[in-house]
Amino acid sequence: MPGFLKEFFNRNGTLMGSLMLGLVLFWTVGLIILPQLSMLDFSFRPNLPPPEIGGPKDVYTLENYKYLIYGPEGGSQDYNAVDLKVFFRTLVAAVCVTIFNLILCYPIAYYLGQNKGNHIRVFALMLIIPYWINEILRAFALRIIFGESGVLNTLLVGSGIFDTPFDFIRNDIALYAGLGYAYILLMIFPIYNVIESLDHNQIEAARDLGAPWWRIHKRVVIPYAKPGISSGCTMVFMLSAGALAAPQILGGPSSLWFTQLIYQQFNDNSDWPQGAAYAIVLLVTCILLVLALMRVFKVNMGDIGK
Amino acid sequence: MSAGVGVDLENLWIRFGDFVAVRDANVHIKGGDFFSFLGPSGCGKTTILRAVSGFLEPSEGNVLIGGNNMKGIGPNKRPTALIFQNLALFPLMKVWENITFSMEIAGASARDRRKRADELLDMIALPGQGDKLPSELSGGQRQRVAIARALCAEPDVLLLDEPLSALDLKLRQHMRTELREIQKRVGITFIYITHDQGEALTMSDDIAVMRAGVIDQIADGKTIYNDPATAFAASFVGENNVFRGKVLEVRGDQALIRTNRSGDLLSRISTANQGKMNVGDDAMMFIRPEALSLAPTGTQGDHFVTAKVNHEEFEGNSFNIFMEGDGGKELKVAIPNHGQSFDDHSGQDMTLEYDVHNAVAVPAGELAAE
Repeated sequence: MPGFLKEFFNRNGTLMGSLMLGLVLFWTVGLIILPQLSMLDFSFRPNLPPPEIGGPKDVYTLENYKYLIYGPEGGSQDYNAVDLKVFFRTLVAAVCVTIFNLILCYPIAYYLGQNKGNHIRVFALMLIIPYWINEILRAFALRIIFGESGVLNTLLVGSGIFDTPFDFIRNDIALYAGLGYAYILLMIFPIYNVIESLDHNQIEAARDLGAPWWRIHKRVVIPYAKPGISSGCTMVFMLSAGALAAPQILGGPSSLWFTQLIYQQFNDNSDWPQGAAYAIVLLVTCILLVLALMRVFKVNMGDIGK
Repeated sequence: MSAGVGVDLENLWIRFGDFVAVRDANVHIKGGDFFSFLGPSGCGKTTILRAVSGFLEPSEGNVLIGGNNMKGIGPNKRPTALIFQNLALFPLMKVWENITFSMEIAGASARDRRKRADELLDMIALPGQGDKLPSELSGGQRQRVAIARALCAEPDVLLLDEPLSALDLKLRQHMRTELREIQKRVGITFIYITHDQGEALTMSDDIAVMRAGVIDQIADGKTIYNDPATAFAASFVGENNVFRGKVLEVRGDQALIRTNRSGDLLSRISTANQGKMNVGDDAMMFIRPEALSLAPTGTQGDHFVTAKVNHEEFEGNSFNIFMEGDGGKELKVAIPNHGQSFDDHSGQDMTLEYDVHNAVAVPAGELAAE
C-alpha cells in the first residue's frame, strides 16, 4: 500500500476510509471514466442494427470522425461545411460568452468580496434564488422577454426607440443573454471567494502609493484573483460550449449549437457512434483549448481547484 | 531638520453616524518631527491617521499638510505614505517590486526602479534580498521592506499605524531604535500611532495623549510623564499610584489634598491646571512607584503615607511592595535593589515618604483602564 493511502486509512479508520474511497472511486470511475470510455468505444464503431453488433461488420473504424470533416461519402461538397461551421461557431460563441460573463461578473464579485454587511448577504441571496428555478423555465422566461411581441420589444417599440420589433432570437442576442445568465453564478462565486480573502489594506496601500483605481485592479486585485478568474472562466466556457437547453429554446432557427447536432445524432438519427464521435471531438477540443489558455495566462491546474 | 513639512489639524471632528470618533482635535505637528498619537484602542487615533492620509474625509475641520488644505484630495494625491498595521505588502510581487511600486505607478523604467530598490535595500540593511517574495522574509525584515516601500514614494509625511505591534518584544525594541534612526536620517515628518507608551516615549519628539476621541495633552514625553494634564494622561502613561480626594488648600503652585483614606497630603499642581483648581474641588493626586521611599513607621506629615502591605515581589532591579491603596487599586512602591537585605513585610503597616515635587495633582477624571 502506498504511503499516502496508509496515512489516509490511519486518519479515517479502515471502515470510514474504505467507504469514502469507495464512493470517490465509484464517482470517478463508475460514473465518469467508464461511461466516457464506452462513448469513446462507440465513436470508433459503425452504426449497426442490433443483430449485427458483435458480428463480422463490427470493426473499429474512423468513419464517424471522417464524417465531421468530409461529410457523407459521395456528397456534393469536399468538406462537411455545415457541421464544421456549427462546431467552430459554438467554440467562438462559448469564448465570447465567457469573456462577456467575466466582464460582467468581475465588478460584481469585487463589490461583494470587498464590502461587508447585511446588504451583501441580501445581494448574494438575490443572485442565488433565481437558480432554484430550473434551467428550462428560465430559458422560456427569457423567450418571453426577448420574443417578437415580448416585453423588451413592447417597451422599445412603445417608447419609439424602434419602429418595428427587433428579432432578438434570430440575431442570437437572446441565446447569448441566456447562456450568459445561465452561468453567471459559476463566474461570480469563484472570483468572489478569492477577492473576499484579499486584505483591503492592500488596495488602500496601492492607492496610498499613488495608484489610480484601474492600476490597483491590474497590479493588485486581478493577479490575486487569478485562480478564481481561471476557475470561473473554465467552468463557464466548458458549460456554455456543452449547453443544450438554452440553444434549443433561445437559439434562432438557422443557428445550431454543436450540442444540438450531437443531440440530433443520438436522438433523431439514432446514430450513437456518430453522436459519440461528435461529443468526443467537442470534449477534447474544449480541454485542449482550456489547457492552452492556461499556459498562456500561466495558471496552474492547482489554481483551478481553489 | 526644520526643513520638513508640518501637519496641522484644525478643529477636526470625525463622526460615524451618532458616534463621535474624534472631537475637536487641534494639533500642530512641526516639520521633521517624530510625533506620536498615544491612546488605548478605540480612542480615535487611527481615525485621525486615516483623515491625514486621505482615506477618510473629516466631518468638520481641516487637515493641512505643509500649510495646504487637503480637503477633497485623495490618498493617492497626498504627500503622505502610510505604513499599515499589518504592513499590507503585496504578496505576489517581489521585494524590489513592492518597494518601488510608487515608481512603477509614476512610470519609471525597470532599470531605475531596480537601482532605487537596491539603494533602499542597503539603507534598511537587506542588501541582495530584492528578488525574494515577502513571504520568504522574517517579520522584522518585512517591517523594514514596508518602511522602504513607503519611503520610496518620497513622502513629506510618513504615517505609521502601530507597525510594530505584530513583532515580538525583542524585535520591537530593536525596531524602535531603528525607526528613530531612519527618521533622523531622512528628516521627514513621522506621525506614529501607538497604544504602547514605551514606544511613544522612546521615539517621539512630541506625543498627543488621546482618550475617547479627545486629545488630553500634547507635549514631549518628559512633560507628559512628569507633568500630566489630566488624570487619564497620568494613569495611562507609565505606572502611577492614584490618591482620590478634595482640595483642602491651595498654596501657590501646590495643593493640600484631603485624601479619602491617607490623610492630608501635599502635592504640586500640574502646570496645565495651575490656577484652575479651587478649594473643595474633587482632585486626584499621582505618585510614581519609584518616587516613593520607605520612612520610619508611623511618621506623620503632609508627605507621608501609611498603609498595610498586601504582598511583595522581587523584580530583579527593584523590590515591589503592594499596599492597600486609596484610589480603588493597590498602591505600588518600587524600592531600587542595591543589594540591601529586604524583609517580608506582608500584613504589616508601613510608612512611605515622597518629595512633594514628585507628586502631581490634577482635577478628578477618568482613569485609564488597567
